[in-house]
Amino acid sequence: MPKTLIIDGQTIEVDDGITLLQACEQAGVEIPRFCYHERLSIAGNCRMCLVEVVGMPKPQASCALGVNDLPPNRDGTPKVISTRSPMVKKAREGVMEFLLINHPLDCPICDQGGECDLQDQSMAYGGGGTRYSEAKRAVEEKHLGPLIKTAMNRCIHCTRCVRFMTEVAGVEELGAIGRGEDMEITTYLEKGLHSEMSANVADLCPVGALTHRPWAHNARPWEMRKTESIDVMDAIGSAIRVDVRGREVLRILPRVNDAVNEEWISDKSRHVVDGLRTQRLDRPYVRVDGRLRPATWDEAFGAIAARVASAAPGRIGAIAGDLAGAEEMFALKDLLGRLGVTSLDCRQDGSRVDPAAGRAGYLFNSTIEGIDQADAILLVGTNPRLEAAVLNARIRRRWRQGGLVVGAIGARADINYGVEWIGDRPSALADVVSGKHVFAKVLAAAKRPLVIVGSGALARADGASVLGLAAQLASQLAEGKDGYNPLSILQAAASRVGGLDLGFVPGKGGRDLAGMLGGDMDVVFLLGADEIDMKRLGAAFIVYQGTHGDAGAHRADVILPGAAYTEKSATYVNTEGRVQMTQKAAFPPGEAKEDWAIIRALSAKLGHALPYDTVGALRAAMYVAAPHLARIDATPATGAADLAGIARLAGSVLDAPFAPVIGDFYMTNPIARASAVMAELSALKAGRSRAQAAE
Amino acid sequence: MLADKDRIFTNIYGFHDTSLAGARKRGLWDDTKRLIDKGHDWIINEVKASGLRGRGGAGFPTGLKWSFMPKNDPRPSYLVVNGDESEPGSCKDREILRHDPHHLVEGCLLASFAMRAHTCFVYIRGEFIREREALERAVKEAYDARLIGKNNIHGWDFDLVVHHGAGAYICGEETALLESLEGKKGQPRLKPPFPANTGLYGSPTTVNNVESIAVVPTILRRGSAWFSGIGRPNNTGTKLFQISGHVNKPCVVEEAMSIPLRELLEKHAGGVRGGWDNLLAVIPGGSSMPCIAAGDCQELLMDFDSMSALKSGLGTAAVIVMDKSTDIIKAFARIAYFYKHESCGQCTPCREGVAWIWRLMERMSKGEAEKSEIDLLFNVTKQVEGHTICAFGEGAVWPIQGFLRNFRTVIEERIDHRIAAEAREAAE
Repeated sequence: MPKTLIIDGQTIEVDDGITLLQACEQAGVEIPRFCYHERLSIAGNCRMCLVEVVGMPKPQASCALGVNDLPPNRDGTPKVISTRSPMVKKAREGVMEFLLINHPLDCPICDQGGECDLQDQSMAYGGGGTRYSEAKRAVEEKHLGPLIKTAMNRCIHCTRCVRFMTEVAGVEELGAIGRGEDMEITTYLEKGLHSEMSANVADLCPVGALTHRPWAHNARPWEMRKTESIDVMDAIGSAIRVDVRGREVLRILPRVNDAVNEEWISDKSRHVVDGLRTQRLDRPYVRVDGRLRPATWDEAFGAIAARVASAAPGRIGAIAGDLAGAEEMFALKDLLGRLGVTSLDCRQDGSRVDPAAGRAGYLFNSTIEGIDQADAILLVGTNPRLEAAVLNARIRRRWRQGGLVVGAIGARADINYGVEWIGDRPSALADVVSGKHVFAKVLAAAKRPLVIVGSGALARADGASVLGLAAQLASQLAEGKDGYNPLSILQAAASRVGGLDLGFVPGKGGRDLAGMLGGDMDVVFLLGADEIDMKRLGAAFIVYQGTHGDAGAHRADVILPGAAYTEKSATYVNTEGRVQMTQKAAFPPGEAKEDWAIIRALSAKLGHALPYDTVGALRAAMYVAAPHLARIDATPATGAADLAGIARLAGSVLDAPFAPVIGDFYMTNPIARASAVMAELSALKAGRSRAQAAE
Repeated sequence: MLADKDRIFTNIYGFHDTSLAGARKRGLWDDTKRLIDKGHDWIINEVKASGLRGRGGAGFPTGLKWSFMPKNDPRPSYLVVNGDESEPGSCKDREILRHDPHHLVEGCLLASFAMRAHTCFVYIRGEFIREREALERAVKEAYDARLIGKNNIHGWDFDLVVHHGAGAYICGEETALLESLEGKKGQPRLKPPFPANTGLYGSPTTVNNVESIAVVPTILRRGSAWFSGIGRPNNTGTKLFQISGHVNKPCVVEEAMSIPLRELLEKHAGGVRGGWDNLLAVIPGGSSMPCIAAGDCQELLMDFDSMSALKSGLGTAAVIVMDKSTDIIKAFARIAYFYKHESCGQCTPCREGVAWIWRLMERMSKGEAEKSEIDLLFNVTKQVEGHTICAFGEGAVWPIQGFLRNFRTVIEERIDHRIAAEAREAAE
């Protein structure tokens, strides 16, 4: 039942159950706030959002007052709310003055300057001066790990950080100790924050108490050019904003995308920034007499053309890495197709998913938003906390709301919600499918069950069988649910779904990854592929096209310097099949070029010039081959009917436990491995301090 | 003066046997089943008719509070008894717990039954070690005698849990108490929802003061008319007064509501030190109530309505008497320090404002302030009052406001004195 209110003279109907603050926003009235945050629980402690409800003697905290608690007056007229009355003005000025009496006036040296809620709101709602002549409070800095820099004198005790860590990150490490004006935000014994989401607290901090240490004192917000883009550190495709000054990416911040990341990103997505500057390949190289020598583009292309000309198409292959965009994969596949090459693979983890079985076999079919309705989840061979930290936070939130049971099959991991461990190998999954295990009943009783299968469960010799089993379970669970598809594959690599969509897999007679790693290939193109065992490439001529001097570049015979995800507009399809595009925020360093353009230039040298000269023309061709890639931000509708074919893949399984997909969360790709911040986090997580690691 | 036969707490000084046997001799636990058989609503109506107002400080009608509890709710109902008596000057619950605990235990059963609660928690202040032991003894006796517990002789399953706090003033605020009881940091909750709707563990809960519950058995036995016949209308019954400070014989005494202050002090506390004319001011209801200057004390009646007419409050009826030897600024600076020390720090106005007030008061007690700062002080108290999550904000600033209303000239004199002394020093 909608409620009628009169807010600042404006009569408005609002939904039942929202807060007065939200109602005021719907009426277009701005309410200042510090502690309130849409995605955290309500604390009501800053008192900045006080408004006057006519008839109530005291001003009311609008963030905490539900409109349901504002019934019409006795005579039936709606409640009158004023946000501009003298009472409200006095209350705001009073709270503002109180917040500022112990807040240092160090805005000129504070990193929050320019994007500080306290600054902005004191300009808008403050009294203009101070009457406080006593000494200000001094608070010691806290050690919150390498990502968060503290200046606790500035803290206004809004507890957003405490609530975030407790509610979203699921690591109850931040809290308030002490009482009254001696209250301090700190961690237990100051051991730092142990969460893959911790840096979000600095975004949440409305003042400069918590700022990002890696970016400290680098730039002012108004100096930076802001580009909206997509993250590629995992297969979720979180919405990010890339802030650039000059040619340099200075920071990455989350953007709001309720369907994907809400407004959080993982520490890796955010602080991988310094990895974009170091170890970069900024010019082509050609191996001469066993050593890589700088070369011109022409020399590099010439070397490739010479070797390709003497190789049989059957002994040429290509492997696409985890960060490759759809455009370059399409162009490379197109080019190799013209050369008669069919040995292609985009599954550098050795995953056994096969696009021939349909998209439902490699997508998170229930969608990320679907987690919000889930009432039972089975995790198969996955640790979502590491493989998709933001998605994991969504599962945790759903779990906190109650009514969600989570079961897991796989290696035991530190998962931050209640999990029932069912087993560690595929036989446990078979037991759930056959109904032998009691968790089968839990799933069967659920209205919205999810079967989340990690990419690690599929990257084994029996991967197809495991997928088949999961699909069998999903088909059982889908019955009577109106086509709902519970099978949810959690990919770990940003490029994977795009590659599978484009069919970047072995064609007729072509070799797959294992085949190409047999050691008898003549030429192998590595499109940013660094996670494979380079030794197994044998004596093959390796063309590495990528961004960083990582494993692939070390092995390469020719290096073609490409663009990182912040330096090109490229299409990525996330694990749920959502098509998204990165935007070019900066230029690639030195002579590096956008990847599709490199392949286009190479194609001319190889005598098979690709028929597109612009990225627009390339996309037009790509959309013909894979029409759904044109539907930006859409997720495909796969139904339960798509499961039948996949379920038939089920066969015998190995008696070996599922292995974790991600060993070191902070070191999963070449950009992260080039980042000093990631290295420090990795060392910390492994239990070594940086100093110890250096010794 | 209250007749001995009308006293509820007949062993408040611990002169008699405090055990169950002793309590029974004094009429407690006498056919409690008969009271219970009269039904839930009868008890609530009797308490309503008695005019009993909450003894914890706010004076909200107890029976009315009980009637807010939902009747057909799938969740369990709880009674929580607030024994976190921490208000400076208050010491009545302590005496009940020590010497007359069966009043409370029986009251808990009756009140819980009235509100359809099967579980009652008594939250005892952290510093009350002996008091907790005394209450636990009484609870054990009642369990052993099957007066309470599962399948007790009264036919209403009832468990009584004694919980010991950790000694924070704020945990006497009802929602902070609930947080603390749940094992969390004692910080007040946002209201609404009120505890009667969403209280302990998210269930309907009523929080009552120890004295409010302890008087219930006697009210029910002797009838609401007896209780409401004592005192003035709207201020009925007997009350434990606690008299401390500059009197000859500080004491806790049960008296009729609305007794004149002068009579209370002279009959029971041996009068003001140095005679009635030596009186400077009283704080009538514990340190969070505004003080009343001697001029207003002559005819002052000790009850809710006459206190609020003087912009003060009866509070817990803890009378703090100050004679003319008192450094009144220093006294209130000390009170300000107490509130600065006990503020939970959750919300801005209280956390920052109360500490500011204390610092201003400290300077004023030495005369090291400007006269304009007196208005500033008053203004700061107004910025705290009414802007906080709980009533601590009011409790912390009301004494200062009362002090400024009554003793502004004393501050001005001290400032003048300091300025004159400095001028003299400069001249020398």
